[in-house]
Amino acid sequence: MPLPARKKRNYLPLVLLVLALFPMFGSGYYNELIAKIMIMTIFAMSLDLLVGFTGLVSFGHAAFFGVAAYSVVLLSPKYDPANLWLVLPAAVFTGAAVAFVVGLFVLRTKGIYFIMVTLAFAQMIYFVFHDTPLGGGSDGAFLNVKPELRIGETVLLDLNEPMQFYYIVLAFLVVAYVFLRVLLRSPLGHALAGIRSNEHRMLSLGFPVFLYKLAGFVTAGGIAGLAGFFSACQYGFVTPEILSWHQSGNVLLMVILGGMGTLNGAAIGAFAFVVLQELFSALTKHWQLLMGAVIVTVVMVLPGGLSSLPQRLKGLLIGGGNRNG
Amino acid sequence: MDFSTFLIQLLNSLQYGLLLFLVASGLTLIFGIMGIINLAHGSFYMMGAYMAFSLTALSGNLLVAIVVGIALSVLIGFLLEWALFSRLYKRDHLDQVLLTYGLILIFEELRSLIVGDDVHGVPIPELLSASIQLSETLSYPVYRLFMSAVCILLAIVMYWLIRYTRLGMMIRAGSSNREMVQALGINIDLIYRIVFGLGVTLAAFAGMLAAPVSSVYPGMGNQVLIICFVVVVIGGVGSVWGALVAALLIGLADTFGKVIAPDYAGLAVYVLMAAVLLWRPEGIFRRI
Amino acid sequence: MEQGFNRRRFLLSTAGIAGGLALPGAPLFAQSANKIRVGLMLPYTGTYAALGNAITNGFKLAVEQGGGKLGGREIEYFTVDDESDAAKAPENANKLIKRDNVDVLIGTVHSGVALAMTRVARETKTLLIIPNAGADEITGPLCAPNIFRTSFSAWQPAYAMGQVMAERKHKNVVTLSWKYSFGEQSVAGFKEAFEKAGGKVVKEMYLPFPNVEFQPYLTEIAALKPDAVFVFFAGGGAVKFVKDYDAAGLKKTIPLYGSGFLTDGTLEAQGDSAEGILTTLHYADGLDIAKDKAFRTAYAMAFKMQPDVYAVQGYDAAQLFAAGLAGVGGDVTKREALIAAMEKATVDSPRGRFTLSKAHNPVQDIYLRKVEAKQNKLVSVAAKALADPARGCRM
Repeated sequence: MPLPARKKRNYLPLVLLVLALFPMFGSGYYNELIAKIMIMTIFAMSLDLLVGFTGLVSFGHAAFFGVAAYSVVLLSPKYDPANLWLVLPAAVFTGAAVAFVVGLFVLRTKGIYFIMVTLAFAQMIYFVFHDTPLGGGSDGAFLNVKPELRIGETVLLDLNEPMQFYYIVLAFLVVAYVFLRVLLRSPLGHALAGIRSNEHRMLSLGFPVFLYKLAGFVTAGGIAGLAGFFSACQYGFVTPEILSWHQSGNVLLMVILGGMGTLNGAAIGAFAFVVLQELFSALTKHWQLLMGAVIVTVVMVLPGGLSSLPQRLKGLLIGGGNRNG
Repeated sequence: MDFSTFLIQLLNSLQYGLLLFLVASGLTLIFGIMGIINLAHGSFYMMGAYMAFSLTALSGNLLVAIVVGIALSVLIGFLLEWALFSRLYKRDHLDQVLLTYGLILIFEELRSLIVGDDVHGVPIPELLSASIQLSETLSYPVYRLFMSAVCILLAIVMYWLIRYTRLGMMIRAGSSNREMVQALGINIDLIYRIVFGLGVTLAAFAGMLAAPVSSVYPGMGNQVLIICFVVVVIGGVGSVWGALVAALLIGLADTFGKVIAPDYAGLAVYVLMAAVLLWRPEGIFRRI
Repeated sequence: MEQGFNRRRFLLSTAGIAGGLALPGAPLFAQSANKIRVGLMLPYTGTYAALGNAITNGFKLAVEQGGGKLGGREIEYFTVDDESDAAKAPENANKLIKRDNVDVLIGTVHSGVALAMTRVARETKTLLIIPNAGADEITGPLCAPNIFRTSFSAWQPAYAMGQVMAERKHKNVVTLSWKYSFGEQSVAGFKEAFEKAGGKVVKEMYLPFPNVEFQPYLTEIAALKPDAVFVFFAGGGAVKFVKDYDAAGLKKTIPLYGSGFLTDGTLEAQGDSAEGILTTLHYADGLDIAKDKAFRTAYAMAFKMQPDVYAVQGYDAAQLFAAGLAGVGGDVTKREALIAAMEKATVDSPRGRFTLSKAHNPVQDIYLRKVEAKQNKLVSVAAKALADPARGCRM
């Protein structure tokens, strides 16, 4: 969907600077919180590639996130750190590979069926981890020692160190962001946008639409896998709940909350979601009521998400403007 | 497994499947006709069960509770459709998914605020509290058979309603082309309101009917939601007949999965689903 | 008071997050110097919400009875809703430990969440008191000086039941439980005692958690015709199972036994179906203990409802912590002395006095109870001063 032309003010360098400097001031807990937001941003961006840019509303995205997280735990030796350069690509590959297999099934369906079928497949994978002893069953599994990067005897990077973890996540957030930016400008990106606006036309123009969609699906799965990798490393613990449909719903919510079809929106959504959760749960026992109210309100009155808010406010003030943002 | 045990297990799976059908039928209607993925469907089931509990406690009679509960559910359905869903028809499916996702949280917390977090039982009506001796040790409660009978009856009524009545004809037409039907002078908004109200009521009714057997407890709605979606996916979106077949298949897979391969019982249903999807991506039956 | 405290929390966290981005974040946290910071990480939403509330009430009752103080120090509460979601457990525990800097962490109900909490507590050396979760590992391989439990291990009530059922001359028994570690540990504890006494477990059946479609298993039990059945279920599942078991006519011919949770907090909902069921637990109705009577009266006065075993466990968590504080004059910085005082404590619990084992699990009487008129009436002491074997604990 081509967005309405507007003046671009680039806040990215500023945001990056703040993120880079944050740990010098923040306490341990808030560093962790920001790291979590960055991980969720990677996750939300990967879903936005499908929902916002290709028009594929996947309701099972947590599956790829989750299997990647499990792969870290299953591939790591019990009492020694795993090699970062081994488990990180392995996790991304796992996410992508599972997305490939699932994609073969689900991409044969469209629209409302697609939503349902992605949900159903994600549930199937959820039950694989929930009911079989593969990953410790419903009790989950622990990652006792987090991966590290070493050459010979010297440890270059160690994810057990919170500071190093923070900056590695930040680095990969930038990598994922740049990668998606480049991808969206590539022929594949243009094709995906074409599929979003009119799949039939793309088909009749002779584009291998299914392959393009599969490529998009696998890429999104891989990037979700990257997020899953960091999530498993952050808390050293995985349970089937990270693959549950609630998780898929939450990440979808981040994408919508921020405004879909923009990578920045995914970041805004992830930030807003985590912060709201944090605030509401401190406020009352019945915090989920507030969360539900926010969701309903956003859907009803702010379909373009938070990133459309300035635009809409401007529209209200000046009169007119693009209401559907 | 000897033959009589096998027969009893078959009865179990039939009974479970029929109840699943009842819960899922409302979902498949709203889904197939209005194109809304209603994640809050489980919440309506939960709401029904809690209504059965509260209203039985007040009136002392399950039947009265069910009648009042149905009226309340219709009202709630209409109200929700008017206030929220009617504003979203022109929007993406995604918005509807999120709206209903938000509603789950709201309903669950309202339940906690209004009724609390305790587990409650609902008594089985005196008239149906007997049981039938099936084998030397095992008997079967009449109420369960009664539930199955109600489910079968409802399946027939729904089939008749959609196939052979004027309302059903309009519903079928509305599901295939909303604008066209509107152009023909049929009040499609009203049709949608009725369908939504019907869907909510079916879910709530399933909750009320099941309450004496399942008891009522926090989180009960979430447990049925996903399995209902599987019913719809297997049966084909919007197909009442498909939902019935799918629910019975799932009943079989679940029951015999538990007996034959207990470690993988939870998976059996999903393996069934994958197999069906491989064979027919849009479910066994398409359309009503 | 609750209101004010919540608003403050809200302001703190808003300031922390918003301020953290623009300003130096950490100095915004002014610690109230003299209060002891107690972190309650319990389920306040979802299936176990009622249990979380009961534990909180129990804990607060003990503090109220001490004049709002424990060990002479005032208490400040910090609460986090753990939602019984294990996936969020490490993060939620960190909220209390790293954000709120609590002196002691109290939690939780769900064993999976408690296991994750235990890991975090071990890493951060935070004092942790577990007021319910019974996973054997917590006071087994995961035991540590800073980890205490005031409830039970899954093994304890189940082992006692194994002895009881063997004494009652049952030979062949079928077990049924949810397939997760707590259920499996309960069955293992039962089997250990029962088979040692000459009984035989004919078949162990499990169903996926939290599935409640029991009919296929009941049919299976009817076909196997064992002398008795031992189950572990809790909450909504327990209610449905007991009712289904009765409705299937099995209760008349094959007696049903269970770990105490089968009939705790669920009797109202189970109605007549539960009458006569025998269970084992570390608490019962009709205990002839003065402390219990006083506790019940005080609890009923304060919260306008009857206490349950969960309230007792929360109450004892506060009592245990108070005993530790008393040993160091309220100075939580004297860690080793605090822990030593808690280890030596005899907790004057409503369930009867108990001490702690080396692995910090209660050494307590397990009661045999029978459901009569919607109460878990005491029948006898099934096992006197039963200590968990603490397998795998190196402490």
